[in-house]
Amino acid sequence: MPALPAVHSRPLPPPAKRPGDSHWAWSFLIDIAVFLFVFATIFGIYAIGRTWLGPAHPEAQISQNPRDLPLYTLYSLVRMVIAYAMSLVFALAFGYLAASSRRAEMIMIPLLDILQSIPVLSFLPGVMLAMVALFPHSQLGIELGSILLIFTGQAWNMSFSFYSSLKTIPRDLREAAIIYRFGRWQRFAELDLPFSTIGLVWNSMVSVAGGWFFLMACEMFVLGKRDFRLPGLGSFLETAASHGDTRAILWGVAAMIAIVVLLDQLVWRPIIIWADKFKFEQVESSGVAHPTLLHLIGRTSLLIRLYRRIFHPLFNRLTLVFTLGARRATESFAAPKQHRLRRGIAYVLIAGVLVGLAFTVVHTVRTLSDLHRQDYVELVRSAALTFLRVNSALLLGALWTVPVGVAIGFSPRLARIAQPLVQMAASVPATALFPIILLFFLRLPGGMEIAAMLLMLLGTQWYILFNVIAGAMAIPTDLKEAAQVFHFGSWDRWRFLILPGIFPYLVTGMVTASGGAWNASIIAEYFHFQGKTVSAPGLGSTISSASDAGRFDMLLASTLIMAIIVVVINRLVWRRLYRLASSRFRLET
Amino acid sequence: MSTANTTEALPEPIIEARQLEKHYPQADGSRIQVIAPINLAIYPGQIIALLGASGCGKSTLMRMLTGLSPSTGGAVYWHGQPVNGRFPNVSIVFQSFALFPWLTVIENVEAPLEARGIPAMERHKRALRILDAVGLDGFESAYPKELSGGMKQRVGVARALVVEPEVLFMDEPFSALDVLTAETLRGELLELWLGHKIPTRAMFIVTHNIEEAVVLADRIIVLGRNPAHIHADFAVAIPHPRDRKSLEFLELVDSIYRVLTGTDHKDASAPPRTYVPGVVPKSKAVMLPHTRPGGMAGLLEILVDRGGRVDLHRLSEELSMDLESLLPTIDTAVLLGLLRVEEGDAIITPDGYGFAQADIQTRKAIFRKAALANVPLLRQMEQALKAKSNRTLSEDFFRDLLDEHFSTEESRRQLETAIQWGRYAEIFDYDSQSGKLTLTEA
Repeated sequence: MPALPAVHSRPLPPPAKRPGDSHWAWSFLIDIAVFLFVFATIFGIYAIGRTWLGPAHPEAQISQNPRDLPLYTLYSLVRMVIAYAMSLVFALAFGYLAASSRRAEMIMIPLLDILQSIPVLSFLPGVMLAMVALFPHSQLGIELGSILLIFTGQAWNMSFSFYSSLKTIPRDLREAAIIYRFGRWQRFAELDLPFSTIGLVWNSMVSVAGGWFFLMACEMFVLGKRDFRLPGLGSFLETAASHGDTRAILWGVAAMIAIVVLLDQLVWRPIIIWADKFKFEQVESSGVAHPTLLHLIGRTSLLIRLYRRIFHPLFNRLTLVFTLGARRATESFAAPKQHRLRRGIAYVLIAGVLVGLAFTVVHTVRTLSDLHRQDYVELVRSAALTFLRVNSALLLGALWTVPVGVAIGFSPRLARIAQPLVQMAASVPATALFPIILLFFLRLPGGMEIAAMLLMLLGTQWYILFNVIAGAMAIPTDLKEAAQVFHFGSWDRWRFLILPGIFPYLVTGMVTASGGAWNASIIAEYFHFQGKTVSAPGLGSTISSASDAGRFDMLLASTLIMAIIVVVINRLVWRRLYRLASSRFRLET
Repeated sequence: MSTANTTEALPEPIIEARQLEKHYPQADGSRIQVIAPINLAIYPGQIIALLGASGCGKSTLMRMLTGLSPSTGGAVYWHGQPVNGRFPNVSIVFQSFALFPWLTVIENVEAPLEARGIPAMERHKRALRILDAVGLDGFESAYPKELSGGMKQRVGVARALVVEPEVLFMDEPFSALDVLTAETLRGELLELWLGHKIPTRAMFIVTHNIEEAVVLADRIIVLGRNPAHIHADFAVAIPHPRDRKSLEFLELVDSIYRVLTGTDHKDASAPPRTYVPGVVPKSKAVMLPHTRPGGMAGLLEILVDRGGRVDLHRLSEELSMDLESLLPTIDTAVLLGLLRVEEGDAIITPDGYGFAQADIQTRKAIFRKAALANVPLLRQMEQALKAKSNRTLSEDFFRDLLDEHFSTEESRRQLETAIQWGRYAEIFDYDSQSGKLTLTEA
């Protein structure tokens, strides 16, 4: 082979440095930490297992003692982790299936749209009754029910993210996988999953944040005559709020903020940095600074070590096993036979789904026919009220986030200071703050109205703010300079440069915020506080009160209406704006 | 035409396409032929170059030969056996490299071996050996994004060679690289091949670069358009290393140029051929080359400077543009009657002369006259708009018309081009927001 040609004007890059191997001293400490962690985990599993498999305590006494908070937080954390793991598995399976079959795709993607628009509480009766029926005598049933509820708030957007990543894999990469005879597993492990990682990571963060947001609703709820309470951070806060115990509320909020911030620094930040290697780009981007705790620990975080030591070798091993397996399978089976079998399974599945669908429709119609005319009038009125509330919250959110976001996005110095702060603020679940908000506002006339809107705002404004910042940062410098050269006044600057520039980002943020605000209405409009129920009339409070009272007909009707409204708004407003954004307001380089 | 007639002397082909074709069905029962039935054989010991302008179907043909893309007629044979959904032992080097950015260089090269179930130690050994051969030792643990374009494509070549393919396919392998890097890689590839340092028995290179084909190939197949068909088959007998300045090299390049330019004009004005017996194309559709009218003026001005006649090969060299980027503009000028092509020379017509000398408004007037006289689609569009009382029609109306003659994708591009031309000629206005066309009032 000839030596490298002299025509390379660029100096050749040095061989890649693998971080992690140089931190021997740290590694030792980390090993000890890992050991302690494993020990604690084993103990935790044992403790949790004992409670879960023990007899059912549907109405467990929820302690108000701050000393119980660490244990309660652990309980909630375990629920979140399990629910998240289930969501991830579900998202991978669902997204993979939807992306690999055109026929399945036609049903599965609209289905996701609908599922995403259904608030957590609407799943409650079905999930809870099923689980309690499955495990009537042990705590496991109630725990599983709670976990499934958290799951219903997390799985859909992750599924959608994985699906859309799969659909955007470049053709050349796909063809390379085919021509080099990748089996299904290898394609999944070396192409599909890595390509989707970044999207999955961001959506996981959104999902888990949603999980914390709805934690109170998922750990403590009334279903008709039955009162379910699970020891956890959410139920601690909820109990504190309904007793009006300010001290306990503050302790609970502090614990919530602590766990969320810890997770952010110890789990999500390292994962985001690690995920950077999955960025699909040809050229290395200029240095990205992530000021985090990570730098204190060195670059080897627990999870990444876990990945490198266990998952990576495991994946490699699996790949080999699967390729050999696939090889043997193709040798011993004739291809058409397998095809027929698969088709048979598909037909059975489709038949099952159709029967289930027919049953549901019949059941729905029968349930809905129980409703009276004034119920419908009531439903329409509350839907209109929530519609107004959600959109006012959105408008308010946009009004303050657009100027602030643009200011942050235009000034790198401000961004350096503000962005970590904003991220921190955004990660605190607004529902945890809700009792504190109520403490202030319930004294005012119309306080519940303000508080409800404020909670929607707190829960959703961050999506808008983040997107606006990103949009402002993406406006090319030469356009800004052009505006300067032509002496644009500030109005013209907004009209011709900033608003069109951030428009696609603003729409993206508003879509997420809109869906989030509708879902948040179930808590924002209906809350147990200081021994009584405070509520504002609206669709969310209709859902919550129907669930509380065990009125399934009302619950079903209000859920249907909410799903329809959200889906229709998405189709008629957001999707059109989105198309406009991606055709007319796209900044092409 | 020096058509290679080498089939009889050669041994059994590795891959052979018999009557291989591709077409898309249309709603009315006719079909759009993308690739006409083609017979093609790849023999051991040869480098074959598949040459053609962009969008002529050469990539599709290559993908059909490798089994990536299904054919709608004919079959591909691998050592005389039909290939049915199974993949022959081939590799592809992609124009975009198609490396997995999350895998290191060596992991990228090992991936195909992993797919074949080769154990880790053996994989590593083989990957290191091939990386060494392409000059990448020391870069094993780098990620692709840390490498320059040339180094990336070396990884692409290493990954392709590590499975010891019988035929190495390359899809425009050097087009994404700068001129010097591309030349270096070509040299290195030839050295591997001529020095028998790789077990590969044949290479098949898809390219639009005539000189690249003549430098590398033993046989050059020129593909014509609409639908894709083998237009010429050149045997290259020049010994390696080939001197780009030698007379035989230049002569070969020139004659390939002549073939490429000559055919394309004939084809541009011919309707796409349909191969359905009994179904006659409804009306004559002229396929528009996808250009913007603006570029043509520059070409015609240069022609005027050179006395009205210039050798196309020399012109492209002087402009340092390759064939692919120059041909559509020439096609446009020919279609509008502003230019003629004879024997590889471009000759300006009196209209073209007028166009080159005129100011912007006069140019538009000349363009308008020429377009309405020579482009049936624009004439049709003008008449349709005139027939409406409000002088307005949706673009969908015209797309439906075009869909009868072209594939969906092509009719979209055709309409896009027609709208560009019509706007320039001030035949109609177009509002991209509403998709409406409005007749321009004089």
